[in-house]
Amino acid sequence: MEQDFSQLDAILGMYRGKPGILIPLMQEAQNLLGYLSKDAMRYIAQKMNIPAADIYGVATFYSMFKLKPQGKHIVRICKGTACHVSDADGIKEALVEAMQLEKGEDTTKDMNFTLMEVACLGCCSLAPVIMIDDTTYGKLTPEAIPGILERYAFVEEQ
Amino acid sequence: MTNVTVKVGLASCGVAAGAMEVYEVLRHYQQSGAAIDLQQTACIGMCFEEPIVELSGGTLGTLSLGKVEPERIADWVEDYRRGELPQANIILAEKQEATRNSLLDGQTRIVLRNCGVIDPKSIAAYEAAGGYIALQKALSMKPEDIVEEVKSSGLRGRGGAGFSTGLKWSFAARAKGPKKYVVCNADEGDPGAFMDRSTLEGDPHNVIEGMIIGAYAMGADEGYIYCRAEYPMAIAHLKIAIEAAKAKGYLGKHIMGTDFNFELHIKEGAGAFVCGEETALMQSIEGKRGMPTIRPPFPAESGLWGCPTNINNVETWANITWIITNGADEFRKIGTDKSPGTKVFALAGKIAGSGLIEVPMGIPLKDIIYKVGGGMKTEKPFKAVQMGGPSGGCIPASLLDTIVDYDSINATGAIMGSGGMVVMDEGTCMVDVARFFLNFTQNESCGKCTFCRIGTRRMLEILTRITEGKGEMEDITRLEELATNIIKGSLCGLGQTAPNPVLTTLRYFRDEYLAHIQDKRCPAGVCTSLLRFEVIEDKCIGCTACARKCPVACISGSVKQVHKIDQEKCIRCGACFSACKFNAIRKG
Ligand SMILES: Cc1cc2nc3c(=O)[nH]c(=O)nc-3n(C[C@H](O)[C@H](O)[C@H](O)COP(=O)(O)O)c2cc1C
Repeated sequence: MEQDFSQLDAILGMYRGKPGILIPLMQEAQNLLGYLSKDAMRYIAQKMNIPAADIYGVATFYSMFKLKPQGKHIVRICKGTACHVSDADGIKEALVEAMQLEKGEDTTKDMNFTLMEVACLGCCSLAPVIMIDDTTYGKLTPEAIPGILERYAFVEEQ
Repeated sequence: MTNVTVKVGLASCGVAAGAMEVYEVLRHYQQSGAAIDLQQTACIGMCFEEPIVELSGGTLGTLSLGKVEPERIADWVEDYRRGELPQANIILAEKQEATRNSLLDGQTRIVLRNCGVIDPKSIAAYEAAGGYIALQKALSMKPEDIVEEVKSSGLRGRGGAGFSTGLKWSFAARAKGPKKYVVCNADEGDPGAFMDRSTLEGDPHNVIEGMIIGAYAMGADEGYIYCRAEYPMAIAHLKIAIEAAKAKGYLGKHIMGTDFNFELHIKEGAGAFVCGEETALMQSIEGKRGMPTIRPPFPAESGLWGCPTNINNVETWANITWIITNGADEFRKIGTDKSPGTKVFALAGKIAGSGLIEVPMGIPLKDIIYKVGGGMKTEKPFKAVQMGGPSGGCIPASLLDTIVDYDSINATGAIMGSGGMVVMDEGTCMVDVARFFLNFTQNESCGKCTFCRIGTRRMLEILTRITEGKGEMEDITRLEELATNIIKGSLCGLGQTAPNPVLTTLRYFRDEYLAHIQDKRCPAGVCTSLLRFEVIEDKCIGCTACARKCPVACISGSVKQVHKIDQEKCIRCGACFSACKFNAIRKG
């Protein structure tokens, strides 16, 4: 089935003919679509006259690009050094348990949350830290996790 | 009542600690008729005391309150306006004793001079603090004299390697134009480092002004700030600052009425540590995979789109305005002969005063930790300080007299790095720390060089094995051999330094490796596979709480009888340990 990606055309038009545009262009496309499917990448390649391999290469190189559908809320768990020595692993276990993720999964079945590890959120003095969408939560304990996630589930139900 | 100024610190760490709520309360308080001048600022570095509110203009002089509660802040401001001392957590005070006054004593602020003092979103505030005066002075100088001034200041690159900034500028200045670029490296990929984030959030104009001066000195007319996307506030403040500077004629065409033009862009990183490496960074700006390329040619000859390019770190750029204003000689009065000036460090981990500090080069490590950093966070004694992130190493207690300069830190096997300092105590396992960093570099290796790609993976496998109690003595030799080969066989700094965390822990904490390998024991009690949970028979009352919590049903015993853990089946999850209310389970 051919998906319609014409909603990307406005973005593509803005970037056409400028140097060094591939990464911001793909970022904007991802913001619009939620993730970059192979078809979406092929569409961009064709319209922009860039080899599809280049686009796929960039998409797989940077951790920011997502090749699978993402949950409504992105939960980033900081794996920086300060968080690591402050039991970030315990926080991660609590997140996995609260989200009921199976091994190898990162998105909840209801597509409400996607869990991802990030190298460092730069809030080391508040370790251990997680960031949900644009909000940072610091000085966490595993016990605090279910309560924090609940706030996001609640908004969802309303 | 006097009209007082109330400043709320609204940098990332402040906001994460709840500073926005405090600000909202104060805004309502102001709207209800209180004559206060409510201002925003960024981070003064004491992240562990956030949210922080500074009061000034009253009879008590300047006071900073820490861990401010939104419910009480309006009362405290009210007290202050009446000339009464608020019953709050006073961390800094101009006219009296305060708990954290001493933490500022050991610091010298060049880069951070405006951070936490001015409103970073206001160009007027920056100008009032002496901003863009350095640019005016620079534009009246000959470009080569500026390069000469920076050279004689002895400023060394703060991004890690410590190369002479003036020398690097002279290469780019000499290169043939007409098109040249300057780049600011704000990728700050080291886990445990947040100096550049705070600098950009707290004083973006200072970095921008430094870049404009550099561009004029080297003959560049276009620049990029490459900032990691995980720093949304830094990017937002930069955007505001660039627009304001354009409107004021500090950026754009005919800057301050001269013939000099300079255009500045922001590029957001996309989440790859290796993009902090300068050649990879340029690939990434060009929209490609961020793979390092062979040097030479150096960026000064052939950088962005093949044009001469000069790349400096955020903190390097942030030193320039001070040097131009005050002169190279003044700069050289701070720090040591070979490493003049100051260094910003991000203190984190098991230290009481975690946050951002700026100290003169030459200060001993122990002064940073016990004076400026306020000592250890808990009773547990100091074990090591990690410097330089994944490229650096762990410095043990016996070397705490080491002074902070590029050469002395290198001699320990660690590196100065960009300024992350993570303090570790006896509860930290050094083998686990080494494994943590190797896991990081292994993940972040771009894959171009075989030794880096596969060698780091082999090292990680060995370290994992050791932390699981499956290590053998030959593994230590294997680690050392792999380390040597990865260093030799890698193109860029990522691979060349990746083994450092392992080499330094092997050098200073070999005993801990041996305990894991020979005694199958983790002295810090961190590596779960080596833990043992046992029931202390005298204390167990047979409440069955542990048996009910055990996910693998390996605890036997009936009600009111002493329980027993089957060590064969136990998965060492620690559920029984947390479940027991009678301290009847021993972990060790
Ligand atoms: C793997 C790797 C990562 C790096 N990451 C950074 C970084 O995040 N920020 C930075 O300023 N320099 C980083 N560098 C150093 C840069 O390559 C370069 O030396 C620096 O930007 C030069 O600026 P300076 O002379 O002002 O220090 C990194 C180097 C390597 C090898």
